[in-house]
Amino acid sequence: MSDTLYYKSASELAALLEKKEISAVELIQSIINRTKAVDERVGAFNSFDEVDAIAQAGASDARRSDGQSLGPLDGIPIGIKDVLAVTGQPLTCSSKMLEKFVSPYDATCIEKLKASGAVLWGRLNMDEFAMGSSTENSATKVCSNPWNLDHVPGGSSGGSAAAVAAGEAIVSLGSDTGGSIRQPASHCGVVGLKPTYGRVSRYGLAAFASSLDQVGPMGRSVTDVAMVLQAISGHDDRDSTSFKSEVADYVKALSDNAGKKWTLGLPKEYFDTASDAASMEPVLKAIEFYKSIGCEVKEVSLPHTEYAVATYYIVATAEASSNLARYDGVRYTHRAENYDDHIDLYFQSRAEGFGSEVKRRIMLGTYVLSSGYYDAYYLKAQKVRTLIRNDFMKAYEEVDALIAPTSPQPAFKKGEKTSDPLSMYLSDIYTISANLAGIPAMSIPCGFSADGLPIGLQILGKPFMEEELLSVGHAFEQAHDFTNQHPKL
Amino acid sequence: MEYEAVIGLEVHVQVKADSKIFARCGAGFGHGPNELADPVVLGLPGALPVMNKKALDGIIKAGLALGCTIPDVSKWDRKNYFYPDSPNNYQITQYDQPICDGGEVEIELPGASRNIMGEHRKVKLTRIHLENDVGKLTHFSSDSLVDYNRAGTSLMEIVSEPDMHSGEEAFAFLTSIRQIMVYCGISDCDMEKGQMRADANISVRPKGQKALGERIELKNLNSITGVKNGIEYEIRRQTSELKKGRTITQATWRWDAELGVTEEMRKKENAHDYRYFPDPDLMPVRVDDEWRNRLRAEIPELPYEKQRRYFEEFDLPYTITSVIVPDRELAEYFEEAANLAPKKAQAIGNLVVNDLLREVSEVGIALSESKIRPPHILSLVEVVEKGTITKNIAKEVFVEMFKSGETAEEVIERKGLKPDFDDSQVKTWCEEAIAENPKPVESFKAGNDKALNSLKGQVMKKSRGKANPQLVDGIIRDLLA
Repeated sequence: MSDTLYYKSASELAALLEKKEISAVELIQSIINRTKAVDERVGAFNSFDEVDAIAQAGASDARRSDGQSLGPLDGIPIGIKDVLAVTGQPLTCSSKMLEKFVSPYDATCIEKLKASGAVLWGRLNMDEFAMGSSTENSATKVCSNPWNLDHVPGGSSGGSAAAVAAGEAIVSLGSDTGGSIRQPASHCGVVGLKPTYGRVSRYGLAAFASSLDQVGPMGRSVTDVAMVLQAISGHDDRDSTSFKSEVADYVKALSDNAGKKWTLGLPKEYFDTASDAASMEPVLKAIEFYKSIGCEVKEVSLPHTEYAVATYYIVATAEASSNLARYDGVRYTHRAENYDDHIDLYFQSRAEGFGSEVKRRIMLGTYVLSSGYYDAYYLKAQKVRTLIRNDFMKAYEEVDALIAPTSPQPAFKKGEKTSDPLSMYLSDIYTISANLAGIPAMSIPCGFSADGLPIGLQILGKPFMEEELLSVGHAFEQAHDFTNQHPKL
Repeated sequence: MEYEAVIGLEVHVQVKADSKIFARCGAGFGHGPNELADPVVLGLPGALPVMNKKALDGIIKAGLALGCTIPDVSKWDRKNYFYPDSPNNYQITQYDQPICDGGEVEIELPGASRNIMGEHRKVKLTRIHLENDVGKLTHFSSDSLVDYNRAGTSLMEIVSEPDMHSGEEAFAFLTSIRQIMVYCGISDCDMEKGQMRADANISVRPKGQKALGERIELKNLNSITGVKNGIEYEIRRQTSELKKGRTITQATWRWDAELGVTEEMRKKENAHDYRYFPDPDLMPVRVDDEWRNRLRAEIPELPYEKQRRYFEEFDLPYTITSVIVPDRELAEYFEEAANLAPKKAQAIGNLVVNDLLREVSEVGIALSESKIRPPHILSLVEVVEKGTITKNIAKEVFVEMFKSGETAEEVIERKGLKPDFDDSQVKTWCEEAIAENPKPVESFKAGNDKALNSLKGQVMKKSRGKANPQLVDGIIRDLLA
């Protein structure tokens, strides 16, 4: 049985564990075997520690046999993006800069996962410091799309999406600053949720852009994603931007809300643009589906959408230029062997330690914050950001959620956009606004392109109403069979 | 042409607190290197600052003591620059919405002499803001080590308006700030220990001109005297440049205390661009009336208010207040004694300023460790006033009291210092002295009043110093009349 465990859902596995039909050790062994069999081709993991994972699973089994199970996630293997701090494990951010760094502390979401008994499994590949949309900016290794190894998995949480799609993890954690969970989820045919800004603590998430970053779950079903979100959500007094509000019972909400007739909005700006027509087809079909189950679907407008990408690349790079200043060769990072003085130590260590996309964004961010440019760029961008958020709030007066494509096209070929950063930036055109507005958004699989690459449907919800967002997605998922379609590896 | 200088000061003060502003780990002195560090202090990937509300009490109190307005909302900004003592390579500070706005500092300028009170005036403040302090670097021949214990502790920056005109005013300004900070328990302001640091902005302009001259920022002023000397040197230098027809170019200079000169550090073109922006990890600070009022209630009477009250309530001379008032503990000690007998306050003040301070500093103990408590001081004043013992013997009694902790009466009793004779015995000694010293008697009779002293001295000798000098004086005068 353990041969096929790796493609079962977390909810199904939780039931099997509870009934003691399988053990957590068997389950992690299945995942380890699968990872060893396929990851040479997929490249989802920067590193993993089998012995540690089996020990965690053993502890889980011991708890369960003592009647001390910590809940449905106890014993479920979860892959962790290599941007989250776990005590005693490497925290590389897929950068040469941190290639030897081992975290001495746990991120809050990791603490919470440990408290839920989940088995932390490996360090997942990503674009360096979460900057990128293809995972091609990883300094560690190439990550491939499990559905077609010549294509990228998306990014920056490419490893988190690919591992789940390839059965190398049951669920995973990613981080999303401009689409970094949703876009790779859509490219790899899995579910990825970016929670409301403030829903999940950022403590222990190596910062890219502090006002946009959010940790979120990825899985092969909406229910699995809901289970993980449940475990990691909530206020944290170590993160001033985490929000003090009740966390709903997300899994229960899925059944409570079953059959509900939602009012859904189609933001016209997301359908006007140059999406490739073939990949829009499954999205349009999804819209028809919602109509067919009695949902009201209406067109809405988010008039400031066209400014989102520009606004994003000012805010995100400005914050990044400051957040990444700590990686300087002085304390725990890569340090150049040869340097003249402390200034040269910075120059050499940073020149060697950072990849070109990270350097590009640090330069851009440094420029927009420079004396004389601050008002014209950063301050203006913050004002536009308020307008973008207001667009959403206005739309939500009329609708419960918005539906749109996640990405303008399916996963592109490796190398296709590496020489053209601007076209790479535009692949986040539909996802960026949610980060600027701080709202929750999710991508669920809704079909395939002609050449068999997954296509995602994006659902955007009201702030701190993840339960509604998940329920809307769940309605679609229940009526379709994407959960059980897997890439051939 | 006559020139005048315009000076503004930026004073950094370390705020005493048990914990850092944005981290949970403790703060303080005397720990091993990097013991007061955690992921936040070290700037590890993923660590986030969280404001520790208690660490703000010190600055709000300082602001209230200096008459600043404390706005309802202030915010945190990042000041970006690379230096190995700064773990994040940005400092969390307040760029345009500080915790304290405006305010003023009362200062006293030097009087005509040490015994005469100088003019008082108020120096306007622009603002006071809070920022996190950096770590400490120690340099060796080939490398440097860094200790982050101090990193992330509260550092307050008090910024004055360009409202001073001499080194003496700057000296008085810093002295006053130090006294107020110590009074309020905000900081010990020891410049030697780096608890207070000052930079000065100095410009010189033709007298009568409204516009300010080009300013020089002067750094490395490591003591209050250094501030005065550095500023005075820089004023002379700029004035002489202008008189020679040269211009001053805005730049940063440093004071070399050993050579007693200022020298250029960097030109304006090389000034840092700090790329300030609001810190996205932190929420704005909101201060309500409850918070303000709680801290306002903790502010003690400030030094100059106290001095004015001492003049009024106790009729103390300036010379006594100028010693007692700057030291809050000493003032409280004095006041405890003075309140027992307000009319005897001057005599009490004299004992405190002369005898008590002398003994305390000779033995090298803190005032709080002194065995003589305020009621003891009063007991000594009373026995002198009653004429039980002379002032000279009182000094001896004080030393004994200081050693043993006894009251004046107990010392007098134990050492047998009370006169063991009556007034008729004094009269007998006076008669003897007159008989034995014809020369001064003659001289006195010839109109030389001072000649009496020699006769009095003889009587005091006979009484082993115990006779009441006023009594002796009266008897001799009667006898020679």
